[in-house]
Amino acid sequence: MATNATIELALDRVDWCALAERQDVLPRVYTPGEVVMPEAGFMRGHGTFVEDENIKASVAGVIEKVNKLISVRPLKSRYVGEIGDVVVARVIEVQQKRWRVDTNSRLDSILLLSSVNLPGGELRRRSAEDEQMMRRYLDEGDLISAEVQNIFEEGTLSLYTRSLKYGKLSQGVLVKVFPALVKRRKMHFHNLPCGASVILGNNGYIWISPPKSQDQEGGEGGFAQNLGEAVPRNEREVIARLRNCILALAKCKLMLYDTSIQYAYDESLKYEAHELLQQNVIYDIGEQTQARLRDGDE
Amino acid sequence: MAYVALSEAEKTFILHGVEEDFRCDGRSRRDYRPMELETGLVSNASGSARLRLANTDILVGIKTEIDVPDPLTPEFGKLEFFVDCSANATPEFEGRGGSDLAQELVLALENAYESPLAFDYRTLCLIPGQQCWKLYIDILILECGGNLHDAVSLAAKAALHNTKLPRVTASLLDAGVTDLIISDNPYDCTRLTIDTVPLLVTVCKIGDYCLVDPSAEEEACSTVSIVVSVSMRNGEAFLSGSHMTGGGAMHRDTMRNCLNLGLSIGEQLNTLLAKVLKQEEERVGPKRPKTVGFLK
Repeated sequence: MATNATIELALDRVDWCALAERQDVLPRVYTPGEVVMPEAGFMRGHGTFVEDENIKASVAGVIEKVNKLISVRPLKSRYVGEIGDVVVARVIEVQQKRWRVDTNSRLDSILLLSSVNLPGGELRRRSAEDEQMMRRYLDEGDLISAEVQNIFEEGTLSLYTRSLKYGKLSQGVLVKVFPALVKRRKMHFHNLPCGASVILGNNGYIWISPPKSQDQEGGEGGFAQNLGEAVPRNEREVIARLRNCILALAKCKLMLYDTSIQYAYDESLKYEAHELLQQNVIYDIGEQTQARLRDGDE
Repeated sequence: MAYVALSEAEKTFILHGVEEDFRCDGRSRRDYRPMELETGLVSNASGSARLRLANTDILVGIKTEIDVPDPLTPEFGKLEFFVDCSANATPEFEGRGGSDLAQELVLALENAYESPLAFDYRTLCLIPGQQCWKLYIDILILECGGNLHDAVSLAAKAALHNTKLPRVTASLLDAGVTDLIISDNPYDCTRLTIDTVPLLVTVCKIGDYCLVDPSAEEEACSTVSIVVSVSMRNGEAFLSGSHMTGGGAMHRDTMRNCLNLGLSIGEQLNTLLAKVLKQEEERVGPKRPKTVGFLK
């Protein structure tokens, strides 16, 4: 019984900075507490604070300047929600008339009973019975796709799933990346040509699942999950490969959207799916994808 | 273990994947995730190692002390394990949150290293019945990505390999009290032989199948796993201990299969680790110029 195990030496660690497109113009990264510039004549934005008449960074990241507004944008941060964002979330608690869900933001988000489509799709007042049935619809640990409906004053997000494209997620894999790496686009639901569907949550949670046939489209809005049916091997291979590709792109700090993921997938075909966990392969995928994206732009 | 929430559907997906021998990340049931190792990165410890297994990050430091041997085993030195679960790994470890897990890891290691055949305690002896080395093996868990037992044991073995015991040049016996004179030269030191030092292999049972190197998600799907400690003697792998974790039970045949799987994997890991440690030593030389560490 042979095992595939590799131990690499830290000496051989891949230098991810080498991936940067132009070495000479690497952006300056500010660390928390570092003086960004004197306060006079500037306004302080997100990720900054004022001390001793200087604007200082409160997060580690790159500076962004819009006219006189100075802000520091971190790579690594919690999700800052905006109304209309597509998110993938996990239920952590069933409460009175609402679910508490984790969206990777600073505070837990909520999903009200009145903002979900009840099974059957009928529109009616939520009765006391529905309240007692809440755990039947969504239980602790369940994953949902949803949209941000509202942001409360203290920053809590309120989600809704009252559209057929949102709802409970069935079999698949969840991948977690930094929210800053998910590119904001019109579309966040993709049926990739390689044979898997992907939900790129703005909160950095990415859901990869077997492709859905057209007639099944409406089924997801409900709470149906067919757990008895095993995902066939070929689809499983695509999902595993996609998962590793997305993590590889995230490791290379490349933006995630349908094109970049598809390119990375194409580049990865020369490797076995499990080889995509190795550093040098990740680096190669990142480099190739970046080159193809650049060619596409020109 | 740190708590990982999973929905029924995700668990089903993982379970079917294990049945197909094609896991979520494309590995088969016997595959390990890539690991990264560095030894000697803590300059003020006698020996140290850092091992990263996917998202599991372990730092081990070893310090040495002179102690009096146990009266029952006058020719044996002493080992003491200590595991610290950093709250950096998961907020659950804050305060005393990680103490149960730490205790479990310490027990697993003590159990594995207990037999003098697995670890030769005589090499730590200075003057039988009077003085011996005591090694404090401090293990710090910086990140949890599943499969802690294996990672911890690999890191501990690498750190033991890296440990340098100062050479004792003379001893003075004065009115029943021994005084040791230790060489002043920091490069004049003895090394431990780590050939027989055991490794732990977690064999995790998911559904009806057994697998090694479970990720955190896979651990959440498993009801029971068996930690097999494998030690090499004369080129042959033997069992130096085992214990079960998780609430489930195991059938006798399954257990035998798990132990066999653990032994065979352990043997291969041992060979691999020995090869990598040798390679590193050849490349960095005795006076290590600089370490890679955590950054870059």
